[in-house]
Amino acid sequence: MGFLDIDNATKSYGSVEVLHKVDISVQEGEFLVLVGPSGCGKSTLLNMIAGLEEITSGEIRIKDQVMNGVHPSNRNIAMVFQSYALYPNMTVGQNITFGLEMHGVPKPEREKAMAEVAKLLQIEQLLDRKPGQLSGGQRQRVAMGRALVREPDVFLFDEPLSNLDAKLRVDMRTEIKKLHQNLGTTIVYVTHDQIEAMTLSSRIAVMNGGYVQQLGTPQEIYDTPANIFVATFMGSPAMNVLPAKVVMLNGRPHAEVALFDGSMAQLPFSQDNLSHWDGRDILLGIRPETITDMDGADRKSSNIATMTNRIVVTEPAGSDTFVSMQLGGRDVIARMRSDAEVAPGQDFTFAVNMEKAVAFDPETENRIQG
Amino acid sequence: MSQASQDTAIRTGRVARTLIYLVLLLFALFYLLPLYVMLVNSVKPLEEITGGGMMNLPQVFTLEPWFKAWSSAQIGVDPTGLKPYFWNSIKMVVPAVIVSTVLGALNGYVLTKWRFKYDTILFGLMLFACFIPFQIVLIPMARMLGIIGLAGTTWGLALVHVVYGIGFTTLYFRNYYAVFPTELIRAAQIDGAGFFQIFWRILLPSSGPIAVVSIIWQFTNIWNDFLFGASFADANSQPMTVALNNLVQSSTGVKEYNVHFAGAILAAMPTLLVYIVAGRYFVRGLMAGSVKG
Amino acid sequence: MAASADADFKTRLQNWIPKLVLSPSLAMMLVFVYGFILFSVYLSFTDSRILPTFGWVGWENYDKLWRLSHWETSLINMGIFAGLYIVICTCIGLGLAIFLDQKIRGEGLLRPIYLYPMALSFIVTGTAWKWFLDPGIGLENVMHTWGWTSFEFDWIKNRDYAIYTVVLAAVWQTSGFVMAMFLAGLRGIDNEILRAAQMDGASNWNLYRRIIIPQLRPAFLSAFVILSHLAIKTFDLVIALTGGGPGRATELPATFMYSYTFTRNQMGIGAASATIMLMTIAAIMIPYLYAELREKR
Repeated sequence: MGFLDIDNATKSYGSVEVLHKVDISVQEGEFLVLVGPSGCGKSTLLNMIAGLEEITSGEIRIKDQVMNGVHPSNRNIAMVFQSYALYPNMTVGQNITFGLEMHGVPKPEREKAMAEVAKLLQIEQLLDRKPGQLSGGQRQRVAMGRALVREPDVFLFDEPLSNLDAKLRVDMRTEIKKLHQNLGTTIVYVTHDQIEAMTLSSRIAVMNGGYVQQLGTPQEIYDTPANIFVATFMGSPAMNVLPAKVVMLNGRPHAEVALFDGSMAQLPFSQDNLSHWDGRDILLGIRPETITDMDGADRKSSNIATMTNRIVVTEPAGSDTFVSMQLGGRDVIARMRSDAEVAPGQDFTFAVNMEKAVAFDPETENRIQG
Repeated sequence: MSQASQDTAIRTGRVARTLIYLVLLLFALFYLLPLYVMLVNSVKPLEEITGGGMMNLPQVFTLEPWFKAWSSAQIGVDPTGLKPYFWNSIKMVVPAVIVSTVLGALNGYVLTKWRFKYDTILFGLMLFACFIPFQIVLIPMARMLGIIGLAGTTWGLALVHVVYGIGFTTLYFRNYYAVFPTELIRAAQIDGAGFFQIFWRILLPSSGPIAVVSIIWQFTNIWNDFLFGASFADANSQPMTVALNNLVQSSTGVKEYNVHFAGAILAAMPTLLVYIVAGRYFVRGLMAGSVKG
Repeated sequence: MAASADADFKTRLQNWIPKLVLSPSLAMMLVFVYGFILFSVYLSFTDSRILPTFGWVGWENYDKLWRLSHWETSLINMGIFAGLYIVICTCIGLGLAIFLDQKIRGEGLLRPIYLYPMALSFIVTGTAWKWFLDPGIGLENVMHTWGWTSFEFDWIKNRDYAIYTVVLAAVWQTSGFVMAMFLAGLRGIDNEILRAAQMDGASNWNLYRRIIIPQLRPAFLSAFVILSHLAIKTFDLVIALTGGGPGRATELPATFMYSYTFTRNQMGIGAASATIMLMTIAAIMIPYLYAELREKR
């Protein structure tokens, strides 16, 4: 039993099932991120936890209490909305204490709680202003203050950073992470931004098409994606996925891929179990940062393969230089150090960290388990 | 110069512009003329009018027709002037406007923020009710008012106007609340606010603009109504429009045009005032309400 | 949110309150609108005279109705009136809106002048125009005193032309409102599209004909719906302006229904005419409302 249990939760509108038997158990103090493209069901799931949408079948429990049919205000949750949802006619102070007022908390206690939260979030000087007079970042803080003041069991965040500009988003991300570390609260956080998901979470549920595609720590999700969807959704630039064939060389499975001129390169796998796939087609997944020049190769890796391929385009991006090439008939991106000496049209020897390479079954698109 | 025409992006030549101004002014004249005629002739003695010169400014200025129209002109059987009917209209309009606006606001709130199955069909039924020719309800309504004991009363008329005004007020508030962020309602629900608390504390404080539209619309429509007044009111509860028509159409005695004009302006005064004071908001809101359906 | 069986009290309460709040309006609407419509339609098949009676006569009232020359006059008048009223209001409204949209100095003054007639009662409008058009003291007289002695304008007293004076007064009252609708539409058009068209070398005429006016489709539709239902409902204006005369020359279905029901004591026929009016409006409104509410979902 976890702190928050989502047990076989299903949601249908009429005959259309939009969420299929979701099972997630969240521990106390955990930071769970639901991530996925729009329409994947993540917001629906969050609203079901909040009680804003009814659960069609299955159960949602908080602290072992079944929450089905319980009014949102009686679930001891708090929510931060994408638009912040600050009441425009109330001051910041009134916004923060409205929930306490509705729950019949006496005024002196409300004032005290408000003062504490305001201090924590450094918004004391804003308390008498109306939301319309605040900047995006300030509104965000007020929205979090409104959630914090309730001291809820579970915090729900619905894409809270998506209305901020890029720089502020990074700052607020850090702030939310700090807050979580200091307060140790349980958080369920919805976002479509995979970087947010990676940086904030203690666990991630990647969702698509109403299914949880994979549930795991950020590292698990990144290194051992369950399928091609997860592999390409998480990480930027996306993981390269290209057709390859498993061949046995010296008793070891290799991935045979076509270079730009049609000649073949053999890259040795670290996973021995791929020998079952001898002679069969697979889809090979290689993250861009695992294709480098020789000097940039990961020194801790025990399996660096090399191949010589022609560079098509180079894109210097300051900290890195992205190099694209033809591999397995696809455009493949490599992420190199910025001082790597590369030029378009050049035949270049790449180092590929095959320890990090993954193989997918082309039929099911699932990762071939190691 | 290119900055100057930012707003429309359309440029017109000098001749075209002169023509445009000319046309616009001519139409302004067209719209103002009847009002001008009523105004000047309401402060002339009767002989001056019958002597011709409808467009002329008064040679003798008199407020006598106004006093007569207000307090002593013959309407129906009694020489009461329009005064009692003016108050009848007020007594009918005020409760009808308030009740229909409050109901419209609540309906709009329910139909946008507490949606349920078939709510669109219900709203469609309400909306269609705005557009029915009221002739279709005259006969049964007269019966109904008799049955519930409100026949020939101001309260009866107020009830009729509430019933047939709800469709419009609901339409206004529904369209307004439809773009009101639903996340605010959800936040308030999580905060523990109930149905009426959300309405009272969150929605209503932001409803000023649409309330103005609804009130002006209802006020104008109900004040200007003639059909219901003529059908359901008795001599003591007639509204202003019916009384004015009686005054103007009365076939006995000399036609006192100046008194008629003064009476017509008196009947138009409240709605004109409302229009002058708050017309801008009204048009703005009406556009949002009716064009976008 | 529908309440599930295991919902707590607050959830269930919050599910019922909205429906409770809606129910008075709903009940009123069902009784006073739809109930009454059924009642009137039923009456149109009965032998009701002064008071509603319930002797079933089938289609007799409709039969009689269609044979009354009086009804025919009111329908012909309706056709003339509605056709001209809608077309003229739309043209004036669109024209004024386009002109006002040319960065006109004094727009703030002109707009309320165009719009104020909308705030008046049709009774007031009728009264004003009645005297303004009266050949004895109105426009004709004024022209005569100004020296144009051959000027003749006695339409309001002329059986063949009186209906056009109703059109005139009705246009005066509502064309400003139509202008406001089109103006709102014009102001809503994206200026970048217009600039692009100008770059393409479109003249002003072509800009309006090919780019702008086609984009005003929703405003045209709304104007048509509002004007047509106003036209069918027109009653007070005729009462105040012409009293349905001279003779019966300006009778409309609405005044026909009123006089047959309340002064001629032919309630059955009155109800039949009201039913036909309702059907006409329904034929226009139902598709419109259906489309409007459809696309909102």
